[in-house]
Amino acid sequence: MTVTGNTGTGTGTGITSTPAATNPTPPPSGHSETTWAKGRGEQVPQGHRRLLTHRDRLTLGLMAGLPTILHIALVWVTALASIALAFTTWDGIGFDSIKWVGLDNFRELFTNNPQFWPAVQHNVIWLAVLILVPMPLGMFLAVQLDKKIRFSRVYQTAFFLPVVMSFAVIGFVWQLVYNPDTGLINSLIGANKPGHYIDWIGDPDLNLWAVLVAASWRHTGYLMILYLAGLKGVDPALREASALDGANEWQTFKNVIFPTLRPTNTIVLVVTIIEALRAFDLVFVFNKGAEGTELLSILVTNNIIGESSRIGYGSAIAVVLLLISLAVIIPYLVATFRKERRS
Amino acid sequence: MSASTAALSKQRTPLRPARILLHVFLAGTALAWLAPLLWAILAALRPYGETSTKGYVSWPDKLSLDNFTNAFQQSDMLHYFGTTLLIAVPAVLLTLFLSSMVAFYVSRFDFRLNLALLLVFTAGNLLPQQVIITPLYRMYLLVDLPGITMSGKLYDSALGLVLIHVAFQSGFCAFVLSNYMRTLPHELTEAALVDGASVWRQYWQIVLPLCRPAMAALATLLSIWIYNDFFWAIVLISTGENMPITSALNNLSGQYFTDPNLIAAGALLTAIPTLIVYFALQRQFVSGLTLGANKG
Repeated sequence: MTVTGNTGTGTGTGITSTPAATNPTPPPSGHSETTWAKGRGEQVPQGHRRLLTHRDRLTLGLMAGLPTILHIALVWVTALASIALAFTTWDGIGFDSIKWVGLDNFRELFTNNPQFWPAVQHNVIWLAVLILVPMPLGMFLAVQLDKKIRFSRVYQTAFFLPVVMSFAVIGFVWQLVYNPDTGLINSLIGANKPGHYIDWIGDPDLNLWAVLVAASWRHTGYLMILYLAGLKGVDPALREASALDGANEWQTFKNVIFPTLRPTNTIVLVVTIIEALRAFDLVFVFNKGAEGTELLSILVTNNIIGESSRIGYGSAIAVVLLLISLAVIIPYLVATFRKERRS
Repeated sequence: MSASTAALSKQRTPLRPARILLHVFLAGTALAWLAPLLWAILAALRPYGETSTKGYVSWPDKLSLDNFTNAFQQSDMLHYFGTTLLIAVPAVLLTLFLSSMVAFYVSRFDFRLNLALLLVFTAGNLLPQQVIITPLYRMYLLVDLPGITMSGKLYDSALGLVLIHVAFQSGFCAFVLSNYMRTLPHELTEAALVDGASVWRQYWQIVLPLCRPAMAALATLLSIWIYNDFFWAIVLISTGENMPITSALNNLSGQYFTDPNLIAAGALLTAIPTLIVYFALQRQFVSGLTLGANKG
């Protein structure tokens, strides 16, 4: 099973698994002798080699090569450039002004930047909340909606609607809800008068939690869909057996359904971690990532579109984000692809 | 097994009160879920003058679509739908085209590089965009394209946005499509190979048509994601006029959208196309999200 991210509009991530069960037989090509083809380092099995003409191999090279060049140039070269630039200062004008400064950027970041540690802390809180609220709630809703009840479609749509909308629009909608003077919450509880005034957006003790409600609101629907897909994989025979044994609903869930949801849980966890690291749009629209809602992604971006464009410094923050991401991505992909190779 | 199924059906019949309780719970939760959206709709339907004097929690005297028409006209929204289409359509088509070629390569042939290639694509798509944005932004400023884009650079151009969308999304699509293509029986192309059909023909006439369901699902997903994109657009586009609609909305609020009711209307208007796509292609969208999450 593998998860892949998306544009980072945070619009969810797709999921795939190698259908090991339905895997077709491997192609009947001899793996005996291999030859280096075109110096591109791929080894072509004999069986294919005899059938692939020169032109075919050129075609294949182009088919895989062009998209790969584009992807590597814009995604991986830039990621590596982030790492390289993190150890330099550069004003962006001309390449000869790049100066090597070693770990200075990081030193300043860790000791001198009043926003850095709060941002790390907020990213951690963001992740913790997404794990503690949308995960169980999404699973619970999925299990209930999986019972073939009436109106299931209607309920699903209600929970899923926020996932279809952009984070920016969600940011605006929740601004209307939280607006201290005219918002839904303060209007209802009468907290928009002087003396009894709650500033959900501006108060640095409250605004992170306010945004997190919106983030959880959206993430729950997304996870519900993933869990519903996972529940379709539960063998009905198991449920029947469990019911026959006189197990009640909770016992059936605990002993039969939950164990089969293990792969889904892995995917959900990875999706959630990536989502927490990517969180940006919602906060940016909500209050520009001002005091109380700083995130690593916001710090990187402010460095670009803000007043000071310190390239090396911005890259250093990006490297911190990259390292945290890779700590999740690498073990996950290694495990996934190892499984695929075995199948 | 008939005896057991009979016993089962007896056990399966839900207890009525429990079922009713479940419906009450689900309906209540669903309503709570829709509340913020309903609030935005209600605000957008009321004139600002009325809500500012009576407060928002009050019985509306008058509901009208004025805010919607004003938001649409004042912000020149039609223009922004245009800029968005100009970015989203080529980006979706190119992403599907390029990633299906990569998928074809890694799933139908067993070259040594395949696994590494797929890993590169998959991992690339999992990175947070902010990891690459600083050098990307600089790169876009450095690339001169005189006469090709309005800005003369990759920066601040639709082309620049299309390229980064394609590069970033093709990771996800290549992965999904390669899994899909792997399930197609090899005999399909083996025969063509023996008959001497070129690999291009195998891809274009045999494999691609069979991938239609997966392509449809991915196209739906990509359209919504790219339409909803906010981050690339606010960093890589500087001229307000060139912005796609989602980031334009952010730009316009405060400039044309002065009161909360107008902002609500503007935000809801930008969400309408995605909602239409979702309701029209619900099954594709959901299956795209969960593609292959369960076997079969």
